[in-house]
Amino acid sequence: MKGYSFLSLARQALNRHQGWPVAWRTPELKKNYDVVIIGAGGHGLATAYYLAKNHQIKNIAVLEKGSLGGGNTGRNTQITRSNYFWPQSAAFFDHSLKLYEGLSRELNFNVMLSQRGLLTLAHSLHELEGIQRWANAIRINEIEAEILSPIEVKKLVPLIDIDCRFPVHGGFIQRRGGISRHDAVVWGYARAASAYGVDIIQQCEVTALNIQSGRVTGVQTTRGTIGADKISIAVAGHTTELARMADFRVPITSMPLQAMVSEPIKPCLHTVVMSPVIHMYVSQSDRGELVIGGGADLYNSYAQRGGIPLLQENIAAVLELFPAFTRLRLMRQWAGIVDITPDTSPVMGLTPLQNLYISGGWGTGGYKAIPAGGDTMAYTIVHDEAHPLIEDFGLARFETGALIDEGAASGVSH
Amino acid sequence: MTPSPTNRLTSGGRIDRTQPLSFRFNGKPLQGYSGDTIASALLANGIGTVNRSFKYHRPRGVMSAGVEETNALLTVSGGNGDIPVVRTTVRALVDGQLIKSPSGFPNVNFDLGRVLDFTHRFWAAGFYNKLFKWPSWRWYEGTVRRMAGLGKLPDGEDGNKYFHHNVHCDVLIVGAGPAGLAAALGCANSGARVLLVEQDHELGGSLLADGAQINAIDSDTWLSRTTSTLEDAANVTVMTSSTVSGYYDHNVLTITDRSTTGVVRFWKVRAKEVLLATGAFEQPLVFENNDRPGVMLANAAMTYVLRYAVKPAHVMVVATNNDTAYRVAFALHDNGVRVPAIVDSRENIAEEVSKEAGERGIPIMAGSVVLDTVGTKALTRVSVGRLSNDGRSTVDPTSVIACQGLAMSGGFNPNCSLYSQAGGSLRYDAQLACFVPDEEKACRQRVTVAGAANGKFSLADALTEGARAGSTVTGEAGFACSPAEVATSALGSYHLKAMRITPTGDTSRQWVDFAHDVTVADIELAVRENFVSVEHLKRYTTVGMAVDQGKTSNLNALTLLAELTDRSVEEVGTTTFRPPFMPVPMGAIAGPQHGDFYAPARLLPAHDWHVDHGAVFENYGPWKRPEYYATNGRDRETAIREEVLALRRSAGLFDGSPLGKIEITGPDAGEFLNRIYVNNALTLKPGRVRYGIMLSENGIVIDDGVFARLADDCYLVSTTTANADHITAWLEQWHQCEWPDLNLVISTVTSQWAVATLAGPNARTLLQEIESDIDFSVQALPHMTLTTGTFLGMHARVQRVSFSGEMSFEISVPALDGRQVMETLMNSGGDRITLIGIEALTILRTEKGYLHVGGDTDGMTNALDIGFGGIVARKKTDFVGKRSLLRGGDQRKDRRQFVGVEPLNDNEELESGAHFITSQREGRRSQGVVTSACFSPTLNRVIGLGLLEGGFARKGETVTVFDDGRTFDVRITDPTFYDPGGEKMNA
Ligand SMILES: Cc1cc2nc3c(=O)[nH]c(=O)nc-3n(C[C@H](O)[C@H](O)[C@H](O)COP(=O)(O)OP(=O)(O)OC[C@H]3O[C@@H](n4cnc5c(N)ncnc54)[C@H](O)[C@@H]3O)c2cc1C
Repeated sequence: MKGYSFLSLARQALNRHQGWPVAWRTPELKKNYDVVIIGAGGHGLATAYYLAKNHQIKNIAVLEKGSLGGGNTGRNTQITRSNYFWPQSAAFFDHSLKLYEGLSRELNFNVMLSQRGLLTLAHSLHELEGIQRWANAIRINEIEAEILSPIEVKKLVPLIDIDCRFPVHGGFIQRRGGISRHDAVVWGYARAASAYGVDIIQQCEVTALNIQSGRVTGVQTTRGTIGADKISIAVAGHTTELARMADFRVPITSMPLQAMVSEPIKPCLHTVVMSPVIHMYVSQSDRGELVIGGGADLYNSYAQRGGIPLLQENIAAVLELFPAFTRLRLMRQWAGIVDITPDTSPVMGLTPLQNLYISGGWGTGGYKAIPAGGDTMAYTIVHDEAHPLIEDFGLARFETGALIDEGAASGVSH
Repeated sequence: MTPSPTNRLTSGGRIDRTQPLSFRFNGKPLQGYSGDTIASALLANGIGTVNRSFKYHRPRGVMSAGVEETNALLTVSGGNGDIPVVRTTVRALVDGQLIKSPSGFPNVNFDLGRVLDFTHRFWAAGFYNKLFKWPSWRWYEGTVRRMAGLGKLPDGEDGNKYFHHNVHCDVLIVGAGPAGLAAALGCANSGARVLLVEQDHELGGSLLADGAQINAIDSDTWLSRTTSTLEDAANVTVMTSSTVSGYYDHNVLTITDRSTTGVVRFWKVRAKEVLLATGAFEQPLVFENNDRPGVMLANAAMTYVLRYAVKPAHVMVVATNNDTAYRVAFALHDNGVRVPAIVDSRENIAEEVSKEAGERGIPIMAGSVVLDTVGTKALTRVSVGRLSNDGRSTVDPTSVIACQGLAMSGGFNPNCSLYSQAGGSLRYDAQLACFVPDEEKACRQRVTVAGAANGKFSLADALTEGARAGSTVTGEAGFACSPAEVATSALGSYHLKAMRITPTGDTSRQWVDFAHDVTVADIELAVRENFVSVEHLKRYTTVGMAVDQGKTSNLNALTLLAELTDRSVEEVGTTTFRPPFMPVPMGAIAGPQHGDFYAPARLLPAHDWHVDHGAVFENYGPWKRPEYYATNGRDRETAIREEVLALRRSAGLFDGSPLGKIEITGPDAGEFLNRIYVNNALTLKPGRVRYGIMLSENGIVIDDGVFARLADDCYLVSTTTANADHITAWLEQWHQCEWPDLNLVISTVTSQWAVATLAGPNARTLLQEIESDIDFSVQALPHMTLTTGTFLGMHARVQRVSFSGEMSFEISVPALDGRQVMETLMNSGGDRITLIGIEALTILRTEKGYLHVGGDTDGMTNALDIGFGGIVARKKTDFVGKRSLLRGGDQRKDRRQFVGVEPLNDNEELESGAHFITSQREGRRSQGVVTSACFSPTLNRVIGLGLLEGGFARKGETVTVFDDGRTFDVRITDPTFYDPGGEKMNA
């Protein structure tokens, strides 16, 4: 992999950029692979990368029905944080955040991690207690969280109207939280994985799994049958579809989650602001657009588009907190299909079939999990045993009842 | 070249010369006329450079006369703050307006930022992905952020008013150009409800700058006649200055309506049939320095001359690959603009146009393309080269033509944004070299496309197709209608050559996307690096992602991508268009939903009465409820303590009206509730009340409250205030989706009833003093029973339930009588009754150890964790969540269970939100949380409730608590601190 650096850029600039190599190869599809990963979103690509890098697996393919990163990873609102309530989640997501913190250098690709701080607001005394409960949990998990008074909130984000319909009673901030650039994460992993020899095959949809006496042996695709020793599913909103092909059921429902951006303006918001109760979150991208999200459209769908009611609710919520934004214009609105589990935690690990692994149920918050998801799934695939960080996130919990409900603690989509 | 003082023509155009308007541009006073857009007024004053480009800070001038503008996006102050990114090409000029260029330091004419242009080689596509990794992005981010953004957040108050409207119609026609008008004419008087929506303030579209003949009259006259016909037709509603911005499922579209100054209306339209007559966007040509001020779209040049009576420049070269630009050249010429040449990439030019050019003495340079332009702030000359035989290069010699402007036409691309949003597919038409609606592939919505939006670029075709489509869709909507008669003799040839990109020159100076400063070289680089899917190309180079959403750049980018990757444009495909078509002010989307109207507060039936009694209100969900009563100048703490003590000593009156109340009626009401509640609902006798909990499928407690059997087939379910709506929906879901066979009706009656709760040892005595036919004695009305009767002459329902732990009567009367009940009770009770706010009640129930779902429970708390194990075990029949409670994980002894807590040290501040932690030795981790805590006035010490791992078996144990960095010890107790035997409650 040819390094990206100031020097190489300068050299190429003089050379009219003629000498840059491809970011990732367009390889010939082989007949067999050691590991086939279905879905070239952030999770699939990161898994491939860590398989190659940490476990020296050579012969890996990532199969993607569209173009890489075209799923939720390329549609999300880019929030990264590790302020989770339950210890298992905190350990996992903080591992992820730490990997993010070194990712630009690890991948030699600037993923623009901007740790500008993530502020969560409380709008009543009751919510303030909830926030205290949450912040204490985070601190016991040895992750930082700072409670802010309404005045401190106002100082940090002067545009917030703390006396709005539901006055701000306070909040808490995780300073290491923030945003990064989703496309860069996808491209960075794709480029690095490709350099390790991973074959990323785009426009290749998996249509069936080949199964022999309880173990998978390969996949059928729109480009033919491919043999594989091990297969891992990382298809987000289509997890139920893939599980159906493997003849088991996952307790996941798929629904559209919207996001939207305003026209770009000069920097005016320097923190990611989230209100679980008014149900909105907003940040300003490096390009200057306000990036806005809220709750999911509450109906099942595979159609990647959202409806008007949620758009209106979402914007009204943002404006209630930020009246200064009324004259800004909304430029684009879109949706991704999110895969939601009953306890809103992901499903990672082994499946009822031998040699078949799954990483899904990422729902509204799997972007921040990409590095750790890839790292732990790679381990899991190699050892045929869940990585210690994800032991509790297996499918089995829906049978045993050992759920990990983060929705209870955070209750917002992001 | 110094721009001439005025480029205004002395006659013609649709401006009103009797109404001059003054405005300022970057401080300089200028003049325009009513009917001008800001852009036309700037051009009339000879302003060339209006802005600087986004990335390289190059001087830019007006490039279009429509919504597709990429350059003249300026900051405009018109009495409502400085509004950024105003498309001045469509915004009407208003007297006194202040127009500013958002970029340019120190000013738009001399910008130090231009250094980025001189060093442009470093800033090729994706440069930031390759740089800024050391020491970290944080070091660079601030600088990069400051450079982005088109203008500042408006300051000051927003004076606009925003409204929402909803409307249904049979036929929605989007766009009132020739096709839309022809369609609307046909449906006038068909009886169908027709809505014709046009984003311009005038109807006409391209006819506003045309001059052709329709039905043997000039188009201006035809237009004004048509306009009045439509305005007179009772079944047609015409909306101007209104942009259809989104096309959603079920034929619902949104409109941003700016037809009233100071008001923005956001419409939702549900249409039976939609006809999109949204026109087409002219596409730029790509050659070196094609972005200089003075270079504009040909059609725009014609619009400025004919509609606004403005010469974009005195000498203009016209460059084209099709016939339509000839009409532009003629219009320019006929209005006094010298056209030194028409540069046409086609070798053979149709007789009908070349002849006319000859008559005007305009030379045609066939088989030639523009190579480059020269001029710093404005054009001084362009160089033109002949194409080689294969069209892949140019041959010498190069000619140089002096000029001040360049009008370019790369042909048209249908405006298919709404069609694509509707789910329609597009196909590439190689002949027209653009994307048109694919009629082979059915669209999921009731939508038809006509006119230029459907690739019919000549006036004649657009009129005919519009008329036909109008009658067809009206027919589809169920109304008889024949096509309007429209005919034109206008020149209709197009003859496009699929060539927009000059094959030679420095590609890093050939602009594809003016708004984002994306050049051909950027696209070449993306392809070299394998960003060859449309999505990757778009995101890597940011082509088409600016505020214009690629209206003039996507097609060229896709064409280039196809060429560079040896694919057809069809294979390359396009990206999906997303709403909105044009950006919509966020205020309009939210409409009046802000301030008091954002989640409008729900008020108690006796709200004003509470105000009079010193209530201090707080938000509890949507409700405003008395937090406490600040009578006699008491502070919050004193008030709350006194309220608690008063209730325990004598009696307290609490307004419980917001409590969720749902009536379930029907023969299967009991069976239904028996499946919903953990508790047995069937064994409950009429007149009896039971406390119950509801679970999710996962066994998690989602709500609690009492339910009463009013009659054999009628139950009254009480829910927590916060969950009232959610539980109603939840019950409906179970009834409608899972058990539709059960015969019952669910109705919310929360706001039908006012509820006054009188509790305390004196409650009964007090009630007995009041005129009523109800027997309040313990024999007649023991705890957990219900009766009805008259109370003060009102119809009343009295329930014996208690949240405070004292003897308690919940008196429900029709909501309108709410005030009277409170008032009479208070007056008759005198000193013996005290008003109780929510905070006092919270303490009372904490003392009693009653849990609050959502506070003392969380999304992990199941029925067993709150001590319902016995009830669950006894209930033989199935209920929602039962299966989950059978799982091992749900039955573990170390789950977080409901307990009481008290600090070992009396002075310790125990607060809700603190965590029980394990010792350092075990490795510190949370083993539960304190969910409620307070100082108990009754017990005179601090108490709390919590969820603790294995809590049931740990009563008496000492556990360490962590709160905000502090740790201290507490003792685990039974949750019931007050009257564990329940004698007081049952009295
Ligand atoms: C609007 C929105 C906002 C969000 N905001 C945030 C946020 O702020 N922070 C956060 O942490 N998370 C956020 N998320 C969630 C996050 O985007 C996802 O959880 C995450 O991207 C999932 O990554 P993935 O790799 O599992 O899935 P994806 O990126 O969706 O990748 C799955 C891939 O599988 C492919 N695929 C599907 N079926 C097949 C098949 N049969 N054969 C081959 N390929 C197939 C798909 O085409 C797709 O490319 C948001 C999501 C949305 C939609």
